Amino acid sequence: MSLILDHVTYEYGSDTELAVKALDNIELVIDDNEFLGLIGHTGSGKSTLVQHLNGLLKPTSGHIYFNGRDIHENDFDRRALRGEVGLVFQYPEHQLFELTVFKDVCFGPKNMGMKPEQCEVAAYEALEAVGLDEELYDQSPLDLSGGQKRRVAIAGVLAMHPKVLVLDEPTAGLDPKGRDEILDLVKELKKNLGMTIVLVSHSMDDVAEYADKIVVMDRGKIIYHDTPKNVFAHAKELEAMGLGVPQVTSVMKSLADAGIDVPQDITTVDEAADVLAALCK
Amino acid sequence: MTNAENIVKTENLVFEYIRRDEEGNPIGVKAAVDDVDLNVEQGQFIAILGHNGSGKSTLAKHLNAILLPTEGSVWIDGMDTTKGDHLWDIRQKIGMVFQNPDNQIIGQVVEEDVGFGPENMGVPTEEIWARVEESLKAVGMYEYRKHSPNKLSGGQKQRVSIAGVIAMHPKCIVLDEPTAMLDPNGRWEVVRAARALNDVEGVTVILITHYMEEIVHADHVIVMDQGKIAMQGTPREIFSRVEELKELRLDVPKVTELAYELQKRGIPMPDGILTKEEFVTEFLKLKH
Repeated sequence: MSLILDHVTYEYGSDTELAVKALDNIELVIDDNEFLGLIGHTGSGKSTLVQHLNGLLKPTSGHIYFNGRDIHENDFDRRALRGEVGLVFQYPEHQLFELTVFKDVCFGPKNMGMKPEQCEVAAYEALEAVGLDEELYDQSPLDLSGGQKRRVAIAGVLAMHPKVLVLDEPTAGLDPKGRDEILDLVKELKKNLGMTIVLVSHSMDDVAEYADKIVVMDRGKIIYHDTPKNVFAHAKELEAMGLGVPQVTSVMKSLADAGIDVPQDITTVDEAADVLAALCK
Repeated sequence: MTNAENIVKTENLVFEYIRRDEEGNPIGVKAAVDDVDLNVEQGQFIAILGHNGSGKSTLAKHLNAILLPTEGSVWIDGMDTTKGDHLWDIRQKIGMVFQNPDNQIIGQVVEEDVGFGPENMGVPTEEIWARVEESLKAVGMYEYRKHSPNKLSGGQKQRVSIAGVIAMHPKCIVLDEPTAMLDPNGRWEVVRAARALNDVEGVTVILITHYMEEIVHADHVIVMDQGKIAMQGTPREIFSRVEELKELRLDVPKVTELAYELQKRGIPMPDGILTKEEFVTEFLKLKH
């Protein structure tokens, strides 16, 4: 059991009259090698939650355990934790700064105290894992396309060999193909390197397709924590929270309303096509 | 040569930039926009699609003379953009809204921000206030007129940016990926505001986007690839060409894809289904 959030509350402006609970008594267990989708409208507490996972924010009350140890104990090595729980922020390409792609990816492991040759091996492996063309290793990261930059930024986190990879809207601003490439990459990382993935997303279709489990947040609380099928069965409640369901789920609902007997827990195009084709035969 | 009926017209438009190596030596020339003919009539809602780097933003920047063509020409309401003497008229005719709302808002209070454009144009004070009111109402942000812009959500900020543009009474508004940084609610707010401007006020709208579901209501869709117009037509015509769109790194709405997958499985669904309602209607027809 890799990450446990136990009664975690985080309050802004605790000592003032304007105190706001960004996280309100969160209970969450993230299992090893799980692909967790985290959804919620802007301001629901997703990003605040994510920043607790590697100790960037400290809960006002409650505890966070990583591999059985409280990460805010005095003798806990939080610098090592930041390597083990890798965080890819929104628009991570804005944080690229080195002269070459390769140096940029080396920066993280170097900062973690790895030896130079180890850093280089880690950087090579990471760049290979994100599928960046070797010709680009010595280019300035600023000369790359949006999708390529984002791969470099992810490689920079991977080079620290995290066990858990947290991505905050990694596909924002990318074209549809670029979006699929990044999400497929993340799926491969989970499969090939056994990583745990936490994906923050605004796209119901993306989480439905990729995540094993989904956490839905609203006003600092976890409202649902379940499989995509079970979560998206709550179409009405999700809409009330300013969220939606995948478009095919909504099609199935409309067909059911029109008197056609179709299952209501369908979330992907392929499943829907199979079910509807069978109905017409 | 003027085209009174066309608010935007480009002819053989080419824009080239020089690629340089690390030392700054030129190593080649690349055409970001390559021989584009575009005709937009007053009152149309045009969508421009294309993957990252396809040239759509470069094209947009030609429409209010931020960039000038390397070859060919651009006319805005009959005025040639390369002739510097019309620059201010052109910028008044074509308003631009960009991707990041935080880069476009300058005022401390929403109504001041919206008033900045007309004030800069020398509009009399009383009329500025009338325009601010009408613009904020048009995008549904009037109740926020006394708020500080930095306390607004992304979608609200973009609507303020749009109000700032329409307060200058442009004939045409160009939105360059206005929703790329917004959540689904924010995206819907912005697209709805753009559609309302087009329907109610008759403002010509040119919307550049990656999101397919934002363009199903457009009159005409243009798909760019490698600086050229790769496809164009009504949304229905464009979305009937699922495989071609995928080759261009684009996508179709999930209902369009579902109808297409059914076709592949031998079910005779029509081409180019755009909305959920259409899908349900067509599917019910098949069942009966």
